[in-house]
Amino acid sequence: MVLLTRRADFSASHFYYDDALSEAENVRLFGKCANRNGHGHNYTLEVTVAGAVDPVSGFVVDLKRLKEIIQREVVSVYDHRHLNLDVPEFKTAMPTTENIAIAIWRRLENKIDGAKLTRVRVYEMPELYADYCGEA
Amino acid sequence: MKAYLGRRYRFSASHRLHSDAFNAQQNREIYGKCNNPHGHGHNYTLDVLLSGQVNGYGMVCDLAELDEFAQREVVQRFDVTNLNFDRAFENVVPTTENLCREIFRIFSTGFSAARLERIRVEETQNNFFEYME
Repeated sequence: MVLLTRRADFSASHFYYDDALSEAENVRLFGKCANRNGHGHNYTLEVTVAGAVDPVSGFVVDLKRLKEIIQREVVSVYDHRHLNLDVPEFKTAMPTTENIAIAIWRRLENKIDGAKLTRVRVYEMPELYADYCGEA
Repeated sequence: MKAYLGRRYRFSASHRLHSDAFNAQQNREIYGKCNNPHGHGHNYTLDVLLSGQVNGYGMVCDLAELDEFAQREVVQRFDVTNLNFDRAFENVVPTTENLCREIFRIFSTGFSAARLERIRVEETQNNFFEYME
């Protein structure tokens, strides 16, 4: 079995704010991320799939197709958007890096023929990332 | 005490993805621009992950010995070559999946100073492959 990872980038804005909490509580919990004017990041996404290498083609999956799936399911929805305001799953969930990784997993799960989605890694910046590997 | 040691190497090589099992049109459809008859190249990055008990010198294995093996068996063999002409790819398409498995085979059969955990080959900044057994 070979693991194959494809990277993609998207740039988006977000903020962290829980309407159920007071302004002071939000600031205490989320610091400057609680500013409702939002702020942005260049995100890097790594999608890892696992599968057997086809003995004839030598591929686990066609990278070009994987790229197209990531583009269609994730990048076209997230890139140059405000995650809180423009992306449906973040109407109810805070767009933290953890939740973004989970949301991307849900968007890609069952969309990749011939290989098993193994890990979604989302870098909010080079020094910070979250991994989601499904609920095994 | 068990520890892991990761070491990175680089080599540049060309390849063409093409299988005689497919006709010309199928090859173009399956491999896209990688089927270009004249081939194309990449700067590959290889990550070797080893593990073992830390010895009396505080090491998983002798790094100089590892480097010497990797240079001789992998870097010198593949660097500035056309992978399609390598003996490993006479009957196997030199996809990076297959290159990853071949490098795993080279280390697992030839380097015994530490346990081979994983081989990772980065083909471009946007994709990489991992093989482990």
